[in-house]
Amino acid sequence: MSNKTVLFDKHVEANAKMVDFHGWEMPINYGSQIEEHHAVRQDAGMFDVSHMTIVDIKGADAKSFLRYLVANDVAKLTVPGKALYTGMLNEAGGVIDDLIVYYFDETFYRLVVNSATREKDLAWINKQAEAFSVTITEQPDWAMIAVQGPNAKAKVATLLTDEQNAAVEGMKPFFGVQAGDLFIATTGYTGETGYEIMLAPEMAANLWQQLLDAGVKPCGLGARDTLRLEAGMNLYGLDMDDTVSPLAANMAWTIAWQPEDRNFIGRDAITKAKEAGTEQLVGLVMEQKGVLRSGLKVISEAGEGTITSGTFSPTLGYSIAMARVPSGVAIGESVQVEMRKKLVDVKVVKAGFVRNGKSVL
Amino acid sequence: MSNIPSDLKYASSHEWVRNEGEGVVTVGISEHAQELLGDMVFVDLPDVGDEYAAGDDCAVAESVKAASDIYAPVAGEIVAVNEELEDSPETVNNDPYGDGWLFKIKMEDASELEDLLDAEGYAQSIDED
Repeated sequence: MSNKTVLFDKHVEANAKMVDFHGWEMPINYGSQIEEHHAVRQDAGMFDVSHMTIVDIKGADAKSFLRYLVANDVAKLTVPGKALYTGMLNEAGGVIDDLIVYYFDETFYRLVVNSATREKDLAWINKQAEAFSVTITEQPDWAMIAVQGPNAKAKVATLLTDEQNAAVEGMKPFFGVQAGDLFIATTGYTGETGYEIMLAPEMAANLWQQLLDAGVKPCGLGARDTLRLEAGMNLYGLDMDDTVSPLAANMAWTIAWQPEDRNFIGRDAITKAKEAGTEQLVGLVMEQKGVLRSGLKVISEAGEGTITSGTFSPTLGYSIAMARVPSGVAIGESVQVEMRKKLVDVKVVKAGFVRNGKSVL
Repeated sequence: MSNIPSDLKYASSHEWVRNEGEGVVTVGISEHAQELLGDMVFVDLPDVGDEYAAGDDCAVAESVKAASDIYAPVAGEIVAVNEELEDSPETVNNDPYGDGWLFKIKMEDASELEDLLDAEGYAQSIDED
């Protein structure tokens, strides 16, 4: 069965090329993926991300439940609206999903998880919640629009009421606030400034049209992927999954080891993995012709690895990738990638290539 | 439905062929093919003077989505390549039958043109995909 977001008709109206994305009919592009990519880096673009799964966790045990459920520590969240990026691990220390947790108070948190993993996530969360006094409520009908780019906030501001503008005024990155009918968060998946806006489904088409009229360019999943990869952000299912340790997926910074007496799912397994050493997720750049693609083999003196995500970087004008390689591979060294039956030299960098419109290489 | 000019010949592997006379043909990829591939980022063209048999892979069109081989629709020698594509591969998307041409071949055997599909035959082959 194929799901449609409430913005489906707006996409068709804008001549989007629609594709199946894990059971959702989503726009891959509205003509040119590269032009959409540049719009976000240079001006403002918007994405329909209504397929993403929003789950509210409420109850007396909400805080203690989440401190057990995810690897990062929600006890760090003390200011209402503050958000946290984290992995949700299984007992073996693999990543079930990566997600954002918003804090409202110690009895009310909101999770935004991937749509591709919706069913297994909800099953896991509900199972783990049995011993806790919490209610778990999915918000399947909500729409979500990401507006991203250097001019994104200014363009959104022209559509907000004075009260809403006051609510988002000076909001730091990774915060969310309920401003009238809109939940507005300073999060995103592009490496640019901007908002992710959650709202009731019946309001979504109108906001989308207002954003169009304000000069925000509609962007599809194609541009979303090249933008996140330039920003060095993981895509679940490619860069990590149930079998991959967060330590081998550039997510070590999302693990809260302190306090030591906090028991969270997967803690024992990743503690052992840390002692034993894991592979690492690095960036690759290839300045010659060609495009690095996921699945290609990486050959280094320290052993073999695999490209997890690869693309042409429209901002840099050459190909970039993320690759899982042995721990002995050093940043700055040259390794080889097997592509189209040839071995090609590529450079190892930290994953993360472009931020705020500029190369960080 | 994408545009399939009736004055061209086609290979089922999505190349178009324009007869320029005196045994020379221009080759590109169809509008349908560029739509399937998406935004072009590199086009790797053959060298002038290279010789190919019909069906040999002789160029690579690399888009944001995938790398795709391009095959010589007829046998012969490469007599020109579209060097403009080096700097602006997106021309293949914007003008696939015009400025987005790829290369020209001097045919060994002009009768090979008759083995190619006409516009109607190519349209049918797309429908069967």
